[in-house]
Amino acid sequence: MSAPPEVPLLRVENLTKHFPVTDGFFVKREVGRVRAVDDVSFHVGQGETLGLVGESGCGKSTTGRLVLRLIEPTSGKVEIEGRDFLSSTPAEMRELRKGMQIVFQDPYSSLNPRMTVEEIILEPLYVQGARPGPDMARRARKLLETVGLSPNHVIRYPHEFSGGQRQRIGIARALAPQPRFIVCDEAVSALDVSVQAQIVNLLQDLQEEFRLSYLFIAHDLAVVKHISDRVAVMYLGKIVEQADKASLYASPRHPYTQALLASIPVPNPRLRRPRARLTGDVPSAMAPPAGCRFNTRCPHATDLCRTQEPPAIEAAPGHVAACHHVASIPAVSPLAPQL
Amino acid sequence: MAAQPLLSVRNLRTVFGTMQGEVTAVDDVSFDVAPGEVLGIVGESGSGKSVTALSIMGLLPQPPGRVAGGEILFEGRDLLKLPRSELRRMRGSAIGMIFQEPMTSLNPVFSIGDQITETIRVHERIGAAAARTRGIEMLEKVGIPSPQRRIDDFPHQLSGGMRQRVMIAMALSCSPRLLLADEPTTALDVTIQAQILDLLRDLQREMGMAIVVITHNMGVIAEFADRVAVMYAGRIAEEGPVGRIFDAPTHPYTAGLLASTPDLVGEVPRLRTIPGTLPSLYELPPGCRFAPRCDRRVEACESGRPATQEIEPGHFAACIRAREGASA
Amino acid sequence: MDAAGAIARPRTTPFWRTPTFRRLVRHRSFMIGLAMFSFVVALAVLAWWIAPNDPNRTAIRMRFRPPQLDRVFLLGTDNLGRNMLSRIVHGAQLSLLIGLGVVLLNTVFGVLLGAVAGYFRKLDGPMMRLADALMAFPSILLAIGIAAALGPSAWTAVIALSVVYIPRTARIVRASVLVVREMEFVQAARASGAGHWRIISRHIMPNCMAPLIVQLSFIFAYAVLSEAVLSFLGLGAPPSIPSWGTMISEGRTYIREAAWLTIVPGCAIALTVLGLNLMGDGLRDVLDPRLKIEQG
Repeated sequence: MSAPPEVPLLRVENLTKHFPVTDGFFVKREVGRVRAVDDVSFHVGQGETLGLVGESGCGKSTTGRLVLRLIEPTSGKVEIEGRDFLSSTPAEMRELRKGMQIVFQDPYSSLNPRMTVEEIILEPLYVQGARPGPDMARRARKLLETVGLSPNHVIRYPHEFSGGQRQRIGIARALAPQPRFIVCDEAVSALDVSVQAQIVNLLQDLQEEFRLSYLFIAHDLAVVKHISDRVAVMYLGKIVEQADKASLYASPRHPYTQALLASIPVPNPRLRRPRARLTGDVPSAMAPPAGCRFNTRCPHATDLCRTQEPPAIEAAPGHVAACHHVASIPAVSPLAPQL
Repeated sequence: MAAQPLLSVRNLRTVFGTMQGEVTAVDDVSFDVAPGEVLGIVGESGSGKSVTALSIMGLLPQPPGRVAGGEILFEGRDLLKLPRSELRRMRGSAIGMIFQEPMTSLNPVFSIGDQITETIRVHERIGAAAARTRGIEMLEKVGIPSPQRRIDDFPHQLSGGMRQRVMIAMALSCSPRLLLADEPTTALDVTIQAQILDLLRDLQREMGMAIVVITHNMGVIAEFADRVAVMYAGRIAEEGPVGRIFDAPTHPYTAGLLASTPDLVGEVPRLRTIPGTLPSLYELPPGCRFAPRCDRRVEACESGRPATQEIEPGHFAACIRAREGASA
Repeated sequence: MDAAGAIARPRTTPFWRTPTFRRLVRHRSFMIGLAMFSFVVALAVLAWWIAPNDPNRTAIRMRFRPPQLDRVFLLGTDNLGRNMLSRIVHGAQLSLLIGLGVVLLNTVFGVLLGAVAGYFRKLDGPMMRLADALMAFPSILLAIGIAAALGPSAWTAVIALSVVYIPRTARIVRASVLVVREMEFVQAARASGAGHWRIISRHIMPNCMAPLIVQLSFIFAYAVLSEAVLSFLGLGAPPSIPSWGTMISEGRTYIREAAWLTIVPGCAIALTVLGLNLMGDGLRDVLDPRLKIEQG
């Protein structure tokens, strides 16, 4: 069990992104900052899937884009296989970018409507300098097959496909440069349940076949549970809990995770759920509450919570929660059936 | 069950005229809703569930869409045969409706107070002050804090969950006997979703209202509905009490849908999927619409529309092999 | 060439087989406009054959002939005996050439500036303020000012009208670019490492064509009309080149005795402008909603 620790494929440390809010007519002054992602740290191992969950506005999508440098971070460190991504030269960045790709949420806006499927899939390779030719065409056809579509569809346009099929095309595009790491930004959220299941299975198969690592960003905790090895929960720009899948779902330690798990409607009429619901709305990311950001809605909040930000405390090996009272809050499993 | 159902939809058929011809979005759909009961209509995109709700309320966009057949009996009266003025009077007072997108269902240029009182005064002859008081009461009922202040707020000043509560307040302001909820929580965050569902359940119990909730989320159905109707490509595949539908789904589509839903509690190495994709409404398969994707299909499935079979009292499935035992 | 090679070059459907074309052809206003405009284009192209004689040749003894059913005097003659038919068809040449010139300049510069403003956030602010400043002038006054400064000539008209219209075109292009820029396939291209130039030319611009095409048809119409105004005021083409505007200006004095001197060129302008506007409306109806359908 104690193999020599591999260098994780992706290591993120203290990643932060603040969006300035400006006002002014000719001269723009900064009047506030949206603290979208604040001091976030995690790692993804080789061949592993890290699920990143949270509700809207928690910063998970922004985190995904920061990791790929689609948005410039305000501060922090991103290491790909040990190499610093943020301070690399444009040439180095191009090289590193080959190994990291992204699959987007919206099957309708993630494919260029004016390009054929073949052009879409091969675009990442052309950008890196490949030239069109019979080899490329063969690759495109092979990729389509890999994702479960007919290779003869290379000449079609996106609007001729259904949502699920378009997602497959998006995955084929992500696979084209043979990456090691793929960010799945709500990749299945916009799909029907039956199609979702197909795409989830496809992602798992591809992971096994190509030894891929995923950062799986989603708000559906059930899907995340199915596909991830480890899970991180975000709230208002911060990671509040991080653990391997089994521990997180069986014994969540952070009150937010507990409330989240308790709120999900489960497709089993026999499971009567505890009625302690989370009250209130999510505070604004421009003016997050002082101290622990969750204190305004937390049933266990104390004065300490209102003044001091909680450190990440290791509640169990590999299981970290950012809460002052981790030790004293019982690890309730909201999923246990109650009669 | 001798009592007359509150809502009885019989052989409803709704079509849309498109450039490529007429398309049947709802094909001979029938179901009943008893007073005070919660019926869940579940289906994926293209199943016709939203169109069904719009047909009931008479809110179909009329040039492309129209109801081509059937009856919609509300308290015994056929809504399709009522004059428009009568139908309008029922909307809001006898039948209420809430929609999915709280951002766009509220008019951004009017305060929520204006919108609630407008709804009230359309149906009841009370003065502006009395309507406002009632509005504040409704806001309080749906859990909006400081309603006397917030009644003058504009929609953009409220969060998504708040807006949905306002919509519920508007829909319930005249105590309708039936509420149609079209994906009421889909656009909301999970924690807010739970609050809204709790609210609806409490109000439903308090007011003895019947609810038809339309959703694609099996979890919402399990938590909320008493009876379930599963729709596929414009037809009802299975209908029955919620416990039975989840325990022993007899239609292969229902079983497939449940198997495809990742489970929060259990653990499976691989999700079971339904192969293939939804049929295009322009090219529907003959016979049973689910047959091309069904692992239990036989030749007879393609020859004609499968008759609805009664599996047990109150539990129906449109599958010729339904009685052969649950498709686990 | 093996099968893979054959497929390597994506087979694009020729335009006349696409659904867009079919929709355009079925659009009544568009076809009427197209007919009107094609008629004017035909007149311009066939000018040398249609014109009975040199449009500038004066013939005092033939002056003030009213229009009659006659090959030579179909549109009559003007105050100097010059043949109206000849002048009209040659005027068509001028109007269309100027319209084309303005459209070309707008395409090149409007697209360039609009794309840059829409794509590069830092440049957007100052560029838009500059555009606002230019657009604050009433368009005809600005055109007149520039034309007066540069001295009247056909080229001046083209430049002046382009300067007036490029900010507007750039605005429209910028609006499309702003929308398309946020679409996820652009992000996907950036994630693959594509540079700015490639993203703009290959991913963004092809998706911004529809509103641009509609705008260009309206610009053409406005150019024809404005050129007439400039010529009317003596700031356009010199009197040696027949122009519809100049014809109206010269015919104004005789409007009571020889109304056709103003009516005929006026109708020509109206026909051209109306035809172009109808085409533009048709294009807008067909292209814009279609773009939305294609994107789901």
